[in-house]
Amino acid sequence: MSQHAPVTPVSTYVNIFVALLVLTGLTYVVATFDFGLLNTPIALAVAILKAALVIVYFMGVRYNTPLTKVVVISGFCWLLIMFGLTLNDYLTRAWIGVAGR
Amino acid sequence: MSDVSQPRNSYLDAPYGLASWLLTKDHKRIAMLYLISITIFFAIGGLFAAGIRLELLTPQGDLWTSDLYNKLFTLHGVVMIFFFLVPSIPATLGNFLMPIMIGAKDLAFPRINLISWYLYIIGATVTLAAVFTGGLDTGWTFYTPYSSVSSQTAVTTAAIGVFITGFSSILTGLNFIVTTHRMRAPGMTWFRLPLFVWSNYATSLVMILGTPVIAITVLLVAAERALGLGFFDPARGGDPVLFQHLFWFYSHPAVYIMILPGMGVISELVAAMARKQVFGYSFVAFSSLAIAILGFLVWGHHLFVSSQSIYAGLVFSIITMLVAIPSAVKTFNWTATLYRGSISWQSPTWWVVGFMGLFTIGGLTGVFLGTLGLNIHLTDTYFVVAHFHYIMVGGAIMAYMGGLHFWWPKMTGRMFSDAGSKTSAVLVFVGFNLTFFPQFVLGFMGMPRRYHAYPDEWQVLNVLSSCGAGVLALGYALPLVYLTYSLFRGAAAPANPWGAKGLEWTIPSPPTTYNFEAEVRVDEPAYNYKSTREVHVG
Repeated sequence: MSQHAPVTPVSTYVNIFVALLVLTGLTYVVATFDFGLLNTPIALAVAILKAALVIVYFMGVRYNTPLTKVVVISGFCWLLIMFGLTLNDYLTRAWIGVAGR
Repeated sequence: MSDVSQPRNSYLDAPYGLASWLLTKDHKRIAMLYLISITIFFAIGGLFAAGIRLELLTPQGDLWTSDLYNKLFTLHGVVMIFFFLVPSIPATLGNFLMPIMIGAKDLAFPRINLISWYLYIIGATVTLAAVFTGGLDTGWTFYTPYSSVSSQTAVTTAAIGVFITGFSSILTGLNFIVTTHRMRAPGMTWFRLPLFVWSNYATSLVMILGTPVIAITVLLVAAERALGLGFFDPARGGDPVLFQHLFWFYSHPAVYIMILPGMGVISELVAAMARKQVFGYSFVAFSSLAIAILGFLVWGHHLFVSSQSIYAGLVFSIITMLVAIPSAVKTFNWTATLYRGSISWQSPTWWVVGFMGLFTIGGLTGVFLGTLGLNIHLTDTYFVVAHFHYIMVGGAIMAYMGGLHFWWPKMTGRMFSDAGSKTSAVLVFVGFNLTFFPQFVLGFMGMPRRYHAYPDEWQVLNVLSSCGAGVLALGYALPLVYLTYSLFRGAAAPANPWGAKGLEWTIPSPPTTYNFEAEVRVDEPAYNYKSTREVHVG
């Protein structure tokens, strides 16, 4: 953390902790409903929100140097590359007809 | 430039004792620990290769059972890739040279550096335990569902070993990145960095971004085996091709973990041996980053015939061609550096020219394989085996050997037999081509990889290949003899035996524990061979 980073008040950590607990409960609640095609996107959205809170507050990225932010954002970009190019396969498999199918 | 030799308090002899080595935080000593460890694993991997080539002397498949043969080629791949090639240049030459080249006393995290070696040893030990508790027969690629459902060998143990070793790699990468950002001496700007540092920096990015994925992937295989979870097993709702996506997301960039540091070594050696500034320095530097980034976008070319969508195949094939651009930038720029250079034909140069020829063949045959249509004919044939050995053995190991000879006097304070090194370079070059060129022909004729029997008409080429492997083994054994001899009886090395530029050549051979006696200031670009000015130390 940079030398001039402000000290994060304990209340922030407590609030984030509570938020994470609420979101965990939300994960459970939404799993009891059937949203059809939206099941996975909803679950992923909650999970991403939780991960973001951990990264931004618990890992202190919000108060860190621009280089650290670049590193974190790059990590997400690489995750997107992995998902994106993998989906490039899965989403286009049905585009071509297969004999006998 | 100072020409002090054999300081009384070199890092090698102060302090004494086994514990001082096993608990050392000195990057140079850790480099030596790695050097010894990877040499042992290179020998073990070589023994497995010898088993493969002995079997293939005859068409019948009569020396080993097919099960044992499967284990031999699997363990050859696992040991050579995870325990030799990946750590080879970064963990030995990189560990030794990165801090010195940027004017630092050590890496940013010396303790983490030592932990990385221990993790490597623990991971390697666990994987070796797999060898003795049933072996491993999945191929180094651990393809599912065979590895996760069917194989009766010690897949879980080996997967855990590879998982642990992955952390060693991540920690080394982390250390190099932070060191390059934070530990550079005053005046050592980014564009004064030696290209070896640029290469290792790019390699470290790949290590950090890719290794966690392979670690988790092999762990998922272990979980599927041990807990019956259905990630990759179609019978349990999994998808085996998903494994291949995740595996190659790391393992294709891992090729660049193996070759990029080698390219850095070659840049250093070409400049030093031609007494010239590297042609197009910034292009060579950025080509390392370009290779690191593009390397992450091409993994699907390993899945052209794995039921991957044909449209995805097209995309991956096109992106694959792009990797040829930064690779060619390097090769052409090295050639341009040699052009009208004052080339010294001391032994490191012999390894360099060997590298350039073999890497070019390996790279160009990669273009064949990246071409979607041709790939369908060549997939899983010996053409692929020959191609990646031209990159990894002809490229990465030639560069490693060149670098090891070039910096050996700095690392040990002793000179070695130049004639021995030249003989070894020739033996390796001839033996290598004799081993692997016939495999291009065999592959094109349709000989599949990973079979221990083959039709009679392919015997001549296979015998040539096996004989070549013998010559190659001799070429690698010879340095063990004369380098070991040099350790004890070699002439004392001066600070700068090659007349090269760079901070490592301004300090004694071998260096003292903290490398530099006084603060370093850099006031000239890298490879400033035209200039009469010197880098000031102190």
